[in-house]
Amino acid sequence: MAVIPVERKPLSLAERTYLPQIAAGLKTTLKHIFQPTVTLEYPEQRPTIPPGYRGVPTLVFDPHGREKCVSCQLCEFVCPPKAIRITPGGIDPADPAAHVEKRPQEFEIDMLRCIYCGLCQEVCPEEAIFLQNQYSMTGYTRAEMVNNKQKLYELGGTLPDAHFKWDKKKAAEEHGNAH
Amino acid sequence: MSGLLFNFLAVFTVGCAAGVVLNRNSVASALCLLLSLVGVAGLFVQLDAFLLAVLLVFVYAGAVVALFLFIVMLLDAQGGERKKFKGATIVASSLAGLLLLLGVCSLQAHAQLPATVGVAALPVGATLRSYAELLFTTYLLPVEVVGFLLLTAMLGVIVLSKKFEGLEDGK
Amino acid sequence: MFDFYFNFPLWIRMPLQGVAVILVLFPLAAACSMAERKICAWIQDRPGPNRTIAPILAWIPGMGVLQRLGLFQLAADGGKFVFKEDPVPGHVNKLYFIAAPILAMIPALTTVALVPFGAYLDSAGRLVPIMLANVDVGLLAVFAVSSLGVYSVILAGWASNSKYPFLGSVRASAQLISYELSMTLSVLPVFLLVNRPGGQGTLSLVDVVAMQSGGWHGFAAQSWHGLWGVFYLPVSAFIFLVALFAETNRQPFDMPESEADLVGGFHTEYGAFKWSLFFVAEYCHMIVGSGVFCLLFLGGWNLLPWLPLAKLAGLLGVANHPLLMGLLGIVIFLGKVAAFIFFFMWVRWTIPRFRYDQVMKIGWQRLLPLAIANLVVYALAIAWLQPRTP
Repeated sequence: MAVIPVERKPLSLAERTYLPQIAAGLKTTLKHIFQPTVTLEYPEQRPTIPPGYRGVPTLVFDPHGREKCVSCQLCEFVCPPKAIRITPGGIDPADPAAHVEKRPQEFEIDMLRCIYCGLCQEVCPEEAIFLQNQYSMTGYTRAEMVNNKQKLYELGGTLPDAHFKWDKKKAAEEHGNAH
Repeated sequence: MSGLLFNFLAVFTVGCAAGVVLNRNSVASALCLLLSLVGVAGLFVQLDAFLLAVLLVFVYAGAVVALFLFIVMLLDAQGGERKKFKGATIVASSLAGLLLLLGVCSLQAHAQLPATVGVAALPVGATLRSYAELLFTTYLLPVEVVGFLLLTAMLGVIVLSKKFEGLEDGK
Repeated sequence: MFDFYFNFPLWIRMPLQGVAVILVLFPLAAACSMAERKICAWIQDRPGPNRTIAPILAWIPGMGVLQRLGLFQLAADGGKFVFKEDPVPGHVNKLYFIAAPILAMIPALTTVALVPFGAYLDSAGRLVPIMLANVDVGLLAVFAVSSLGVYSVILAGWASNSKYPFLGSVRASAQLISYELSMTLSVLPVFLLVNRPGGQGTLSLVDVVAMQSGGWHGFAAQSWHGLWGVFYLPVSAFIFLVALFAETNRQPFDMPESEADLVGGFHTEYGAFKWSLFFVAEYCHMIVGSGVFCLLFLGGWNLLPWLPLAKLAGLLGVANHPLLMGLLGIVIFLGKVAAFIFFFMWVRWTIPRFRYDQVMKIGWQRLLPLAIANLVVYALAIAWLQPRTP
């Protein structure tokens, strides 16, 4: 890194009295007094969340209303603060999504532990867990701060799916896996 | 009423003055001095000498004692052990005390105080005008002498406290 | 009209006046703290405190405006200071620790008694000032009593028995003593002008205002009496202003409590009600200081140059009503004081504080020589120009 010597000029008489600078400063602040405020009055006004915002981790449905999570527990293993706890469970054969084999029986994310790193989203092979635009998590007890499966789906909602991977797999099986 | 007030102020002033000497903590001593000065100012007010009272508070209570406190705090001079008095000191101070007592007693017994000032005539030093007139006529010389003395003392302090570095080796 | 009041015995009137001073000054100081927060917010493009409101009052229409102005925040803050726990740290010197905030209030509340707030014409047509104690030594008494304010700072810092308060109080005492000198010297030219040869000899603030309340006499030498002090004593006014900022520990000179390097300065160890007493005392000093500046250099209760209060009251037809005219004078005076306090706050939220060596340098090497030179120049000019009395 180059060193650039800056020549410091001696202050002029006017500068040494500080007064012109003070007057200039007063002018600036006076201007700001009459400017409109830039404050966002929070509970009434909400900030616009930019795309790609990483808020509270949530679980999502696919457009057919199927839980995308297959309880592979990769997120649970990768989670640095160990905030995720998954109880895997099977799927009733009568269910239209029975070909997916597994779904979580219970899925808990402890928001007191979560550090919003996004590793769960990154690691998920099913694109089932997303950090979405929910940014405010509050509660009066520790128990309230643990998001269970129902809450996670409520927060997550449905996201578009480009692949429908399990439907393709089922169709391929039905055609005898001919490729 | 005024007699009561005088007695109260007198006791207060002397009591605080005793506190200055007797207190082990130098900060407390300085504060006693402050209270004592306020008491004296109160006595001046009783004499209708508002100007003197205000000047006393302004100069002594407001500035001089504040400087004392400042120095005491800066040097962090905490009381600690009190030194034993030497024999000569005890003799000398008791002699001085006796002399003072004698002086006060003789003043009380023999002095001819001027008759009480009439109601119409304001006492000396009461108003700014009478005070200033005395300062610039009768007491002009003493004021100037004292001022010169203070100036000399100030110069002396500056010379003593300022370190003139590099003077010895002629730089 | 108010004879009944003056017929009360002294022992009733004195406590009444004292309580009145406290009842007026405490809310004023609290309002100043609110104004400070609001002005700070506006300068920083924020709305400032605008949410607090008592639930019952919220039903009254029009309260929203007061709520947006943060008026109820003031009550909430005050209530908090009174009711919250007031801890005394274990390592302090208890007596002096508790005495310091009380000592801060004494000069702050006493000086108000010596400041005239307005004037009215009595039945004989003389201008009577509205003040609690009209003493001959006027301004000197204000200076004397307010100079005692330094003890609360020194004691608070010393009794707290920890390093930051101690440093703060050492800085405060040095700063207050340094600037007191320039302040006193800067007002001397004013009184050189007030006290003409053969006059009574006065330091009264009322007479200073009287000097500034002349009328317009055309372009004659006499007309300068209608001007305000700041026009013909600009250097004095400037020195007094700078010294006032230093004496009230306001922003460019708030060394004693500079929170960046001293945590909170002398009041680091204080909390709750005791801290709020320091706070109120600071604003009281500001109010009184602004008042004295307005009286000395801004024409006191005169609305405009060459438009003294008596003339204005005559124009408005209230010259015969002592109450209305008194109110008019008080409103004008308080308006000026409020504008001046706004200036204090405006400066505070504009410029950073000086370094401590700069403070000392400005005080002793710049302001003091300037004040002395100013005094000498004005003394010579006044001696030269003043008409000789036979």
